[in-house]
Amino acid sequence: MVNGLDQLFVNLKHALVGLFPAPVQPWVSVGVTAVAIVLVFATLFAITTVLERKGLGRIQNRYGPNRVGLPFTQLRLFGFGQPIADGIKALIKEDFVPARADRVVHFLAPLAMLVPLTLTFAVLPYGRNMLPLDLDTGVLYFFAVGAGAELAVFMAGWSSRNKYSLFGAMRAIAQMISYEVPLILSAVAVVMMAGSLSTRRIVEAQLGHAGWLPDWFVFTPWGLAGFLIFITAATAESNRSPFDLPEGESEIVAGYFLEYSGFKFAIFFMAEYFGMFAAGGMAATLFLGGYGAPAPWLEWIPSWAWFFAKMMGFIFLLIWLRGTLPRLRQDQLMNFAWKFMLPLALVSLGAAALWHYMAPGLARWVVCTVAVAGPYLLLGRGLLERKGLGRRVYRFAE
Amino acid sequence: MTISFLIIAVVTLAGAIAAVTLRNLVHCALALVGAFAGLAAAFLQLDAQFVGFAQVLIYIGAVAILVLFAVLLTRGGEPPQPQTFSWSWPWGLAVALAVLGMLAWAIAGSVATRRQPAAQVEATTKQIGDALMTRFVLPLEVAGLLFTVALIGAVLVAMREEGKSE
Amino acid sequence: MTPLAGYVLLAALLFSVGLVGALTRRNAIVVLIGIELMLNAANLNFIAFWRFGEHPEALTGILFVLFSIGVAAAEAAVGLALVIAIYRHYRTANVDEMDALKG
Repeated sequence: MVNGLDQLFVNLKHALVGLFPAPVQPWVSVGVTAVAIVLVFATLFAITTVLERKGLGRIQNRYGPNRVGLPFTQLRLFGFGQPIADGIKALIKEDFVPARADRVVHFLAPLAMLVPLTLTFAVLPYGRNMLPLDLDTGVLYFFAVGAGAELAVFMAGWSSRNKYSLFGAMRAIAQMISYEVPLILSAVAVVMMAGSLSTRRIVEAQLGHAGWLPDWFVFTPWGLAGFLIFITAATAESNRSPFDLPEGESEIVAGYFLEYSGFKFAIFFMAEYFGMFAAGGMAATLFLGGYGAPAPWLEWIPSWAWFFAKMMGFIFLLIWLRGTLPRLRQDQLMNFAWKFMLPLALVSLGAAALWHYMAPGLARWVVCTVAVAGPYLLLGRGLLERKGLGRRVYRFAE
Repeated sequence: MTISFLIIAVVTLAGAIAAVTLRNLVHCALALVGAFAGLAAAFLQLDAQFVGFAQVLIYIGAVAILVLFAVLLTRGGEPPQPQTFSWSWPWGLAVALAVLGMLAWAIAGSVATRRQPAAQVEATTKQIGDALMTRFVLPLEVAGLLFTVALIGAVLVAMREEGKSE
Repeated sequence: MTPLAGYVLLAALLFSVGLVGALTRRNAIVVLIGIELMLNAANLNFIAFWRFGEHPEALTGILFVLFSIGVAAAEAAVGLALVIAIYRHYRTANVDEMDALKG
């Protein structure tokens, strides 16, 4: 029973593929997987937009959208019909292109943003035996294909022939390439410990339990540091608050998406959320044990449910951060990436190596925690107005 | 020739030719991205997965963006050019055609290219990592030094000089 | 034509396209684009010969190409920094006008 529910989708797919004649089966298999992934994530995107608006609303002490329910009925469904209304609005809005804009590049930019971010879904292990593409270089594929989205940001900003769009695009690209470095370095520590770039092997390295604690990499000092660096850098890569200056609504009115309306804007929006889902999925794979359950007695819950729960936990964290933290200024953002996160990512790499070579026990916990927390405190206090380790002084409180 | 090789070849060559002939520099850079992507597909078809994805990450994710930034930072100082090609373009074209002719003649006449391919080759990341840390550790360290020097050098060369009048 | 000959011919074509770009265009950045194309053509050549040649288990082709990609990226960075610095001085990125050795 447990196994059946866990492998439900795998068995469904095999049954579906078996209906077709043998020569077409590989193509049908690929097609079914691709369609399933796109449908699942598009639905999840729709649900996440409502959840975000309601979540932000509650953080700001108001209700979020709660009126739109099923069309043509009186059912309100707590506002979860809002994506239907948003989708219809996006489709029927007039799609104008500025007169001086570069039409071909303007048209291709939303596609160039959506396609790489959708391709990154192919290497995430959604459950036991549910990895669409088992590449030997899965993690490298993920980061390589994700880098294609930066080019789309430039295309969107430049083709609109608008100063604000161009500023927004330049800021966005500077931010994305700066945060790519700590993102990849924190993943490298995990790759080093798991011994492979393949996402399947990384998850399989985390499926055991050491006593009551699962073998997830986040439950080690270097893993916790890496996880925090990864989620911060992933927030910056997706241009989410507090790193959303490139599309800051109060600053440059949506930045590089400025001249896009209707369906093309909806595609950018969807691409951004897909980026968040992919980053959440990768964080779950690299640090949180992928589809593994936290305790052996919880394994009756299917593996794909655990994966999606972890991914949605990451999304919840992003929504929470958006509602709580103020925006960072561009130079603060860049300093944070290059002067703080990059050294800490290298430190976590060193601590991972120390962890590997020391014998299991209390000693390695203490040594690695000091190795990670020491530079964190030193850098944190040291970079803050160069005061060293003095007492923290508040400018406006008390 | 398989159909996939033909498609990859056409995309790569079209991107490359567009990259060197278009007038608008940003279009050139974007066509170059197409050429790089075609090459990455060629590497993947040749069973070199790591190199293919490294090509995407480094060339498309970094070098193309660098070229685009350079294009944006070197615009606007001069009136729009009517000619894209230099006055000596026939000589350049002749030299390139001579090189192409020589290479094509060498390929057609060579024995090495007539051999049939071997069976499956395997280049896992683990093997590449092992080779990098054992046989190729000296080039790896020298490359690290080279990148540091290039980083510092590029920043120093492109930095605005403070205090000196231009 | 064997697959190897096909790939090597593609590399030769790419190389000559890059050479045309480097020799005939007026803008310094397009010259650098041509140089990058030539380097990529050489990389394709290496991988093709690694795949279809002798001793593919030695991985020599792949490692050479990895270093070549890295060095080409570093060289593009320094070259473009130079173009930007020259633009600041001459107010143009036109190689035909940079014909004086005196600054």
